[in-house]
Amino acid sequence: MRIELVKRPERSALFAALSPFIALGLTLIAGAIMFSLLGKNPVEALYYYFIDPLREVWSLHELAVKAAPLILIAVGLSICYLSNNWNIGAEGQFIVGAIMGSILPVMFPDFQSWIVLPLMLLMGIAGGALYGAIPAYLKVRFNTNEILTSLMLVYVAQLFLDWMVRGPWRNPAGMNFPETRTFSPSAVLPEIWSASGRANWGFVFAIVAAIALWFMLSRTLKGFEVLVLGQSPRAGRFAGFSQSRMVFFAFLVSGGLAGLAGISEVSGAIGQLRPTISPGYGFAAIIVAFLGRLNPLGIIAAGLVLALSYLGGEAAQISLGVSDKVVRAFQGMLLFFVLACDTLILYRIRFVGASAAKTVEATQNV
Amino acid sequence: MYRDYKKDGIVPRATTKRNKSMKKTILSFAAAAAVMSFGTMAAEAATKACFVYVGPIGDFGWSYQHHQGLEHMKKELGDQVETAYLESVPEGADAERAIERFARSGCNIIFTTSFGYMDPTNKVAGKFPDVKFEHATGYKREHPNVATYNSKFHEGRYIQGVIAAKMSKAGVAGYIASFPIPEVVMGINAFVLGAQSVNPDFKVKVVWANTWFDPGKEADAAKALIDQGVDIITQHTDSTAPMQVATERGIKAFGQASDMIKFGPTTQLTSIVDDWGPYYVERVKAVVDGTWKQQDVWGGMKEGHVVMAPFANMPDDVKKLAEETAAKIKSGEFNPFTGPITKQDGTEWLKAGEVAENGVLLGLNFYVKGVDDKLPQ
Repeated sequence: MRIELVKRPERSALFAALSPFIALGLTLIAGAIMFSLLGKNPVEALYYYFIDPLREVWSLHELAVKAAPLILIAVGLSICYLSNNWNIGAEGQFIVGAIMGSILPVMFPDFQSWIVLPLMLLMGIAGGALYGAIPAYLKVRFNTNEILTSLMLVYVAQLFLDWMVRGPWRNPAGMNFPETRTFSPSAVLPEIWSASGRANWGFVFAIVAAIALWFMLSRTLKGFEVLVLGQSPRAGRFAGFSQSRMVFFAFLVSGGLAGLAGISEVSGAIGQLRPTISPGYGFAAIIVAFLGRLNPLGIIAAGLVLALSYLGGEAAQISLGVSDKVVRAFQGMLLFFVLACDTLILYRIRFVGASAAKTVEATQNV
Repeated sequence: MYRDYKKDGIVPRATTKRNKSMKKTILSFAAAAAVMSFGTMAAEAATKACFVYVGPIGDFGWSYQHHQGLEHMKKELGDQVETAYLESVPEGADAERAIERFARSGCNIIFTTSFGYMDPTNKVAGKFPDVKFEHATGYKREHPNVATYNSKFHEGRYIQGVIAAKMSKAGVAGYIASFPIPEVVMGINAFVLGAQSVNPDFKVKVVWANTWFDPGKEADAAKALIDQGVDIITQHTDSTAPMQVATERGIKAFGQASDMIKFGPTTQLTSIVDDWGPYYVERVKAVVDGTWKQQDVWGGMKEGHVVMAPFANMPDDVKKLAEETAAKIKSGEFNPFTGPITKQDGTEWLKAGEVAENGVLLGLNFYVKGVDDKLPQ
């Protein structure tokens, strides 16, 4: 017997809306089974996972800190993926944005003025966008595969950052430790509401970017161009849209947003450059983009959910004493069920019996 | 303070944990609801000690030893203490959240066990003046509730150097180092000085792995060093991979942070074991008794913070010499950084009989003579 995925003729609007909730329900059931097998009270475990992080204001701030880079990067990636440009290198664009944005506070620490921060953010955006332009140029000019080039450039960026903080940019007063000097107060992205927690303006940037791109995609000609070129390049050409310009547009937007996320994270949440500044935000954002179904507003929700699963994981580790491996397994289950449920909206499962399979084979052999 | 939980309708967390019966789902739901609102209240009975680890507790090196210390402390203090830990917490934006979460979840004392947690620890400490913070290997104590602690691992490395020079035929040892911070540089220098006390021409080759824990990279470093002709390997990284490579290639090696004899029964000569247990007992006890004070502790073999694993796989005369050296360091009779010592560039560092000051050691950024490497600056 064989299992096949068959495309449904049309997708059910009802199940498209219900799918995330079904996925959540299945995750809860599977998670409850896993926690019971580990000898933990499943209700308590799920409570710590999903409710505990939302109970306190400071924790909501932390949620925003964690979600901001994910959302910023993912909304940029949605433009790429909708226009059929597979940018896998957001992690690299994030890092280069952070490096470019840090030029002022690291090399000119005495230059302190209100203008420093806006300049840093602009340079961060420029850095990410330029780094994103490399795979775009290679694709347009040489027809290279952007999945490979953008991914490879991630490693280049990581090693460049590593070299910078160990070499030229190492803090002269840092006991030889690989990190830059800490940014002066004028180079630190302010907190939104510092009395209650440390969420910084990066989260505001993320929300603004998501709304702006949602508006662009759904209400402007440029958004229409993105969708048409993504779904049918040929139709796009007939409409007079340029494929090459779209490649650059998508990579520049997503690179720029990743760069903005990078400098916001460094300037707001970390306060200096270190050998690693991202626990894989650029890659996690790919998941966020698809969890949010490439819709910028959906991505806000998806980014918050993924961030919640990190925070909930910590709460579960502390309160139940489970290992962080359990926590990650649970996170994996969540993503699996969400993506699996979405797949079943578009496809249905068909069981092909032994005899039927033979017929198919026979026809194929002929 | 005694509270009649039943009367108050509050179910303490301990009860919820014990209730594993799946039949009573409804009951446990009610219990969980109670935990939601009164969880912190129920936790106040015992002193809560919390630990943040940079690696997994199964690394058999740095984080593993800290966790062993936690287990030891739990055993010693029993009911007086409740513990919690977070493993594999990245140094960066996540560390501050992890530490703050602990501070808010009712921890009375929080141990942050990696250098990279220095700034987040001090930042959170400023916000929670009633919680005690203990930061391992750092130097910043910006608030009265932050203490720092570290161990003189270099004392053990001197002994390793003595053994290496006795055991090596090539007269060259390979050293897998993590980051060029003073602690690591100090270890390399102590190792060389120990070796040169036996063989004045002894050399050390260094590979910077630029990681604390990465079995793949560490194994590659070990292979590269062995290919360059070293016949003893020592490491200042935390995985057991170099020990395993040394075993495959049939040379001797030293373990790191924990006793790694299981991973190289015929390979390990000895290992520097970080024994954090006694320190954790002392500091948590101080919180229980209300006598905790800020301090900066740098304990070595004398204080029992650094322990050598049994000397193995070596002839009796080498073992005897190693034991004598260890005894001299332990009694305080001998300091590995005692002159005459020449720097790598040939200039004099310490005159005969002169002992290095702690301040200089804690900011050490130069090699002594005999290190075959350029210190990354």
